[in-house]
Parts: sequence; structure tokens; C-alpha cells
Amino acid sequence: MFEHISTQLLFGQVLLGLINGSFYAMLSMGLAIIFGLMNVVNFAHGAQYMLGAFVAWILLTTLGIPYWGALFVAPVIVAIFGMAMERLILRQLQNLDHLYGLLATYAMVLVIEGLIRQQYGSTGIPYQNPIPGGVNLGFMFLPYYRLWVVVFSLVTCVGTWLLIEHTKLGAYLRAANEKPQIVEAFGINVPRMMTLTYAFGVGLAALSGVLAAPIYQVSPSMGSNVIIVVFAVVVIGGMGSIAGAVVAGYALGVVEGLTKVFYPEAASVVIFLFMAAALFFRPSGIFSGKEST
Amino acid sequence: MNERVSQTAAAQDVRPMLSVRDLNAWYAESKVLHGMTFDVREGELLTLIGRNGAGKTTTLRSIMGFLQKRTGSIRLNGEELIGRRTYEIARKGIAYCPEERAIFSSLSVKENMFLPPVLSEGGMSDADLYATFPNLKARAASRGTLLSGGEQQMLAIARILRTGSRLLLLDEPSEGLAPVVVQEIGNIIRELKTQGFTILLVEQNLRFAKKVADRHVVVEHGKVVDILTRDEFETGMDRVKSYLGV
Repeated sequence: MFEHISTQLLFGQVLLGLINGSFYAMLSMGLAIIFGLMNVVNFAHGAQYMLGAFVAWILLTTLGIPYWGALFVAPVIVAIFGMAMERLILRQLQNLDHLYGLLATYAMVLVIEGLIRQQYGSTGIPYQNPIPGGVNLGFMFLPYYRLWVVVFSLVTCVGTWLLIEHTKLGAYLRAANEKPQIVEAFGINVPRMMTLTYAFGVGLAALSGVLAAPIYQVSPSMGSNVIIVVFAVVVIGGMGSIAGAVVAGYALGVVEGLTKVFYPEAASVVIFLFMAAALFFRPSGIFSGKEST
Repeated sequence: MNERVSQTAAAQDVRPMLSVRDLNAWYAESKVLHGMTFDVREGELLTLIGRNGAGKTTTLRSIMGFLQKRTGSIRLNGEELIGRRTYEIARKGIAYCPEERAIFSSLSVKENMFLPPVLSEGGMSDADLYATFPNLKARAASRGTLLSGGEQQMLAIARILRTGSRLLLLDEPSEGLAPVVVQEIGNIIRELKTQGFTILLVEQNLRFAKKVADRHVVVEHGKVVDILTRDEFETGMDRVKSYLGV
């Protein structure tokens, strides 16, 4: 039935799935952190991812800061922007229903994308590959940059999970999510901690954007294209579950890639089929209840 | 009655650690404290007693700054706390153990116990804490919310003792516990007093309150209606029971 499928095609799509999965994992992890620790449904996450890519491009074209510098500078700049958003908008909504936060962040998407589109146009802008070349594995050609993306995102995801689950800082964040008043009564500045948490989640989105810039074209709609899939990944992994978001991100990236090999017509919907199944059989997500956040 | 309250406070008040004056507080538009006035002296164990809904817990929550709308004065060692954020109040040296215990379900017993940071010198060391609460050491790896009610209460008290705060606000630590556990909690509270902690205790269990406290503040409808010494409490139990409707 599948005799026509070559090894090269199969592994090529697995690699593509892993790369897409890397972005899904990093973005859904940021969303899970923000939702799990702050109860904010951050619809602006895609726009913040796009901002990361744009800031990297602007740093390169205006200040001559290359990719390796932008990898650290761009997330910091976008995180500072995120801190301002949290202080000026989200904090005013913290005692209201999730829906208000979702609507406010969606409004931010429209504003951010509109401003970028107005300034730079809708056409995708190429960003130079910082690690050209690759290695021929015999059954497929593996570009170095794509390998870097997979390894870097894996290290970032595991590092972030360890930070949240196995450090004192992570314990503060998890406790503040449960009972913020009590944590504040311990002498901890919880409002500041929440601002920094949001900034960290936004910084992760921007970091993903910088990683994505050399692979995909930098465009105002690059965030909107991916954010719906990322929300599906978060739902499947379990809202607020960091490990769930990471594992589901990589797994669904590979599933999507394999679907392109075996049944390409379903590739764009397979993640949503999984989401429907997860909502039906395990509405709180596959990893719900297996960890704290 | 108010005159008697203020005279009692003035007569006994040499150098209050905590001074609450004409404290009013609101939940949204609903006023729940109506001019609470009392002092807690250094090293003293003072109870707030009264019926359900009298305003005892609200008084502790107001001191901690949980209520947004407050007027009057709350001074800790002469320093005004009204207008300060909760974390700033905690850093001044007040630790709070809530009625519901507030054990974090996502954290282990050990993580719960060592979650509060050390804010100043003089707090209990890890070894002291485990010596005072040995059963918590055996359950260190368990989820905090899997402990029994008594163990959770001990954990809630234990975790605030390492911060270095010298004024402890304890909200109904005996509530819902078996008599033998209540006795154990009472022993721990007495031990804390002998170690020099100042304690403001909200309590409905009169027998428990009688055993541990130096003075008792009777609260009704959000204000202080009487202040009794330990002897007055013993001899005037009928009066106390009439306040509480027992």
C-alpha cells in the first residue's frame, strides 16, 4: 500500500515534523506557563513570536547585530514589551473572567500585526541562514541549522521544565498560582513575580520567532498561522501543563509530518482531530494531574 | 463599654508591639470592621474571641493588608502598616497562618515547609523545625494536601516559623481537629510563647483559648466590646459565654 514511499521522503518529513514540533513545543510551553501560573489565555503569543522574528531582522538590518546576538537581544526586547503589556493591560483584568484576558490579548494581536503590516508590508522578508550547509546521512540530507533548531529547543524546553518543577523559584510560581495572597503574606512580591512570569513566557515566544526567522519568511502573519495549532497542542497536553505542552508539541509535529507522507490530504487537520479526541476522552488534557502546573 | 475597653488598653499598654486603633474595613461596599481598637504587647499571647461573623478573621486579614479598603491605624513597633502592600507588611515581621491552612497541593510537605523565605534573623532553623514537628519529617516527600488535618495545621504553623517574624497571627488553629491534636497544637503554641514569639490568636474554642492566652479581646459586630485578663476570663466565664451566645 505504501510501497511508493521512499526512505528519504519518510525521514525528511519526520525531520520537518520535529522542526515544526520544536516550534509547537516552545510556543505551547510559553502559553502553558502563562496560563498555568497566571490564568491568562495569551492570544497575543503568536504576535509576540512574530515580533521576535521582526526584532531579529530589524537588529540585523539597522544595527548590524547578527543572528547570534539577536538570539539573546530580541527575546529581551520583546519580553520588556510584554512586561509593559502585563502592567498596563492584563493586571487591570486579573480579577475578571479568563474571557476578558483572551479578548484583550486578541485585541493586542490586531494592533501589533496591523502596525507591523503598515510599517513593513505583508510580504515575507527573507533572513539569512546563520549555519549554512548540512550533512548527508545517506538516506537524507540534514541541514545544520535545522538540527540546531531541534537541539536548541529541546534544551530550552527541558531547562524551563526543570526550572519550574525543581527549583525554589518554580515552587514560588506554582504556589502563587494556587494561593497568591498567602504567598504574598510570606513576604514575596507576587505582582512583580507575575510580571516577570509573563515576560518570561513572552520571551520564549520571541526566542521561537528568532529561531524561525531563517527557516520561514519573516512576515506579519507568521504568528497567526501557527497560534491556532499551538492552542490545540496546549489543549491536548493539558492547559497549564508544561511537560504536556512540550511532549504534545514534539509528538504532534511528527504526527503532522508523517501524515504528510501517508495521507497528505489530512495533514492540515490531523492535529485538530487529535484535539477533538482529547476533548472527548480526556477533556482536561493527556497530562492533566500528572504534574503541578 | 468602649470607655472600659480603652481604659483597659491604656492601663495595660506599656509598649505595644502591635497597636490597632479605630480600624474600619470593608469587603467591597460592605463594612465589616467598625473601629476595632486593641494592642498586643511584646511576648504576649492575645486571643480574639467572638461569634461567627464577628470580624475576628477579618481583623487578621486587615492587619495583613488583604483587604483593599481600610481606615484607621495599624502600627507595628510604631510603624504604620495601613497603605502598605501585603508582602511589605510580612517583611516588617508579621507571619500569618490562615484558618483554611492554605497548604499548597502542588508542593510536597518539604516544599511547603521551606517555601517562605527567611526575612530576618531569629527564625527557626531547619533542624529546630523538624525537632518541633517530627511527624512532618517522616512525611516530607508527600503532597502537602495528603496530610491529616492536624498535620496540615502543624505544617501551616511550621512554615511561618523560619521567616524570622516575631509576631504570629494564627487563625483558629484548633478548628476541626481531634481533642488529642488540639492538645498537641496547644502545647506547640505555648512553647512558641516561651520562645518569645508574640501571638495574636483567633479562637472560638474557649477551653483552648483559656489554656494558652494572657488576655482575651471580645469582638462583636466588628468592634471590641471587652478585654479580659486571664483571671477575669476564668472568673467571668458567664459573661464571656453571654457574649458568645454559648
